[in-house]
Amino acid sequence: MTSFLSRTALAVLVAVSPAALAAAAEIKVSAAEGNQKLIEALILAQEGDTIVLEAGRWDLTEGLSLDADGVAIRGAGADRSILSFKGQTGAGEGLLVTSDRVVLEDFAVEDTRGDGIKSKSSDQITFRNLRVEWTNGPDENNGSYGVYPVSSRNVLIEGVTVRGASDAGIYVGQSQDIVVRDNIAEYNVAGIEIENSFRADVHGNTATHNTGGILIFDLPNLPVQGGHDIRVFDNDVVDNDTANFAPKGNIVAIVPKGVGIMVMANRNVHVFANRLSGNGTAHVLVAAYPNDYDDDSYMFVPRGVYVHDNVYGEGGYAPDGEVGETITGVTGEPVPDIVWDGVTRIPEWLSWVSAENRVYIDEPEGTTFANLKMISQLLLPWSTRPDRDITGYAGSLPEPQAVRLAQDTRG
Amino acid sequence: MTMMAPGNPVRLGARLLKACVCALGVLAAPDPAAAADDAAILAARPPALLSQFGFFADMARQVPAEGVLPFKPATPLFTDFAVKRRFVYVPAGQSARYDPQEALDFPVGSALVKTFAYLAEERPGGLRLVETRVLLRQQAGWQAWAYVWDEQQSDAELNLAGARIPMEVPTLDGRTEAITYAVPNKNQCKGCHAINGEVTPIGPKARNLNHAIDFGDGPQNQLARWAQAGILTGLPEVSQVSSVPDWLDTDAPLDARARAWLDINCAHCHRREGAASNSGLFLTWGETDRVALGVNKRPVAAGRGAGDLSFDIVPGDPEASILLYRVESAEAGIMMPELGRSLVDPRAVTLLREWIAAMR
Repeated sequence: MTSFLSRTALAVLVAVSPAALAAAAEIKVSAAEGNQKLIEALILAQEGDTIVLEAGRWDLTEGLSLDADGVAIRGAGADRSILSFKGQTGAGEGLLVTSDRVVLEDFAVEDTRGDGIKSKSSDQITFRNLRVEWTNGPDENNGSYGVYPVSSRNVLIEGVTVRGASDAGIYVGQSQDIVVRDNIAEYNVAGIEIENSFRADVHGNTATHNTGGILIFDLPNLPVQGGHDIRVFDNDVVDNDTANFAPKGNIVAIVPKGVGIMVMANRNVHVFANRLSGNGTAHVLVAAYPNDYDDDSYMFVPRGVYVHDNVYGEGGYAPDGEVGETITGVTGEPVPDIVWDGVTRIPEWLSWVSAENRVYIDEPEGTTFANLKMISQLLLPWSTRPDRDITGYAGSLPEPQAVRLAQDTRG
Repeated sequence: MTMMAPGNPVRLGARLLKACVCALGVLAAPDPAAAADDAAILAARPPALLSQFGFFADMARQVPAEGVLPFKPATPLFTDFAVKRRFVYVPAGQSARYDPQEALDFPVGSALVKTFAYLAEERPGGLRLVETRVLLRQQAGWQAWAYVWDEQQSDAELNLAGARIPMEVPTLDGRTEAITYAVPNKNQCKGCHAINGEVTPIGPKARNLNHAIDFGDGPQNQLARWAQAGILTGLPEVSQVSSVPDWLDTDAPLDARARAWLDINCAHCHRREGAASNSGLFLTWGETDRVALGVNKRPVAAGRGAGDLSFDIVPGDPEASILLYRVESAEAGIMMPELGRSLVDPRAVTLLREWIAAMR
């Protein structure tokens, strides 16, 4: 007990400078006072301030933004303080945060025309106990991302519920040091997506009734790429059964209905101790980036993926779309629990893949698997069979350290 | 201290007189003694009224005070067909430094002033003034503020939280269209005016000022005029300075016109240091990487802004290009730029369509 107290006291001392203490204020706003009061509070906020959203519903017509460091926005609960953007006519998102050390908690953002809540270039950004929702359910006219930190560092997303995003419910892009825990993502195209990011722990989440549950992607032609060191563990990834409703040009539009966890490109990804069931295409899919691209610095195949100790229920019984067809064309039905497209770089295909770059699988007895060997399929279609021998992939990779965030008191 | 204090009795008297004249419904004649107030530009808090800066000799007619120069970029940002009047002020004895790429480097105490207006014959100066935005160069960096004009056009009042003004605006074909004019709030100003998170001017880049305008004493190259007035140093031979064309000048090369338009309308965010850096789509005048320019580039976070299309630009196929789709839209969540307009500029749509169609 003593050590806990002293640690908490130290954390407080470190986090709050004397200047901030002097200026700190609690600014209460209520929906009855109108939108202008809320907009002004966000603009005039100063380091240390807390903007308190009293219970109520704001009907906003344009996006909100926060550009002051060290500010908290706190509502009365994700079902009690509601920022509704149903009548939005301007801006690309509901709430945009461009400052550091910001905490957003206990409120809801509904029906934005673009993204829900975005942070750009923030350091220490916390999304806690929020709800971001498109209340009409899955629809291609919904906004893209629910919770959307991008180009940010020290990202904590916890206790958030996201529904109806036409891309990803929780999307972390081009960021580093990320914890996504204990969230619920449902009825989105992608439940949770970590893209072009470094050092992420994704755990304790429930991803259900999305098209795909949890996606770990790396894409070319972006300022930050080469995603790596990602742990996906202790998640419930179940019944992802919503037809893909993403607008076509976006990368998630390729995801077939009923994928549990998908790893595309990236390096050093660990998928373990998750519970997967009811994913009709495949529980775990490991694949190369499938499109043409022009980018010499991009690595299109996954490097070092370790899948172990997950629990698999029913799955692979309803392979969907083009990807589903490609897989069943090789494996038949039902699709195995774990599918790897088997794509490597051509020199590696001709020789071997070094130990740290391989795919390793160590799963309970009875788990099914297929390496589709897609390069061989293309080049030598008649003589190629998928490799279903899971024991051939035994081995392991050293696990990345737990991600620690400066603002995380629980960590 | 040689600068004029805000409480100067002579100027205060002049203001009072002006206020009285305005109150009588007669517009003030240009005030030859008007001068920008250095203290107001540098003050920690912005003044409540635009007049307190002293930028104008005649506010309603947008006649600048002594020492305040008008300027005009070759290609402007589109803002729902608003007419713009721009002015620059650099404190006496100081000067901006030339920069070949970025906005000129203005000294502390400088101000950039931009009034948004619509043509209105019945009004003084033929303009209905809507808002005036000021960028003030202070010690800690640039500060951005917006002032909204009163109905009499006697003065404009500071507005922090943004404003939405329902109004009828003239369109190109002589009709009027009902819009909700959006005055940006302070954070929205930064949405466009930020490089690496710091507020930065957009318009006054050398390449965009390298042409002649009429200063009332005949046309003169703006950069040359600024140098002559002593407010710009380090200017190379004007012929050595790059220049963008007027995007509407059909005698200019198509590619240069389109790139000039993209540079001023998009590249403040779509650049490596801008708000849209994560998109990987970079539209600055000097960009040479074709993928970064959007050619056969897939969108990353466009969402429904992609409109079921797969690439930002498909050479030769404008209708398959997301870039054109978003410029052609006026719907939040799809349209680009996402701030600063509610209408589509059909001339820009035509230009970009021709540009992409001609692209190989």
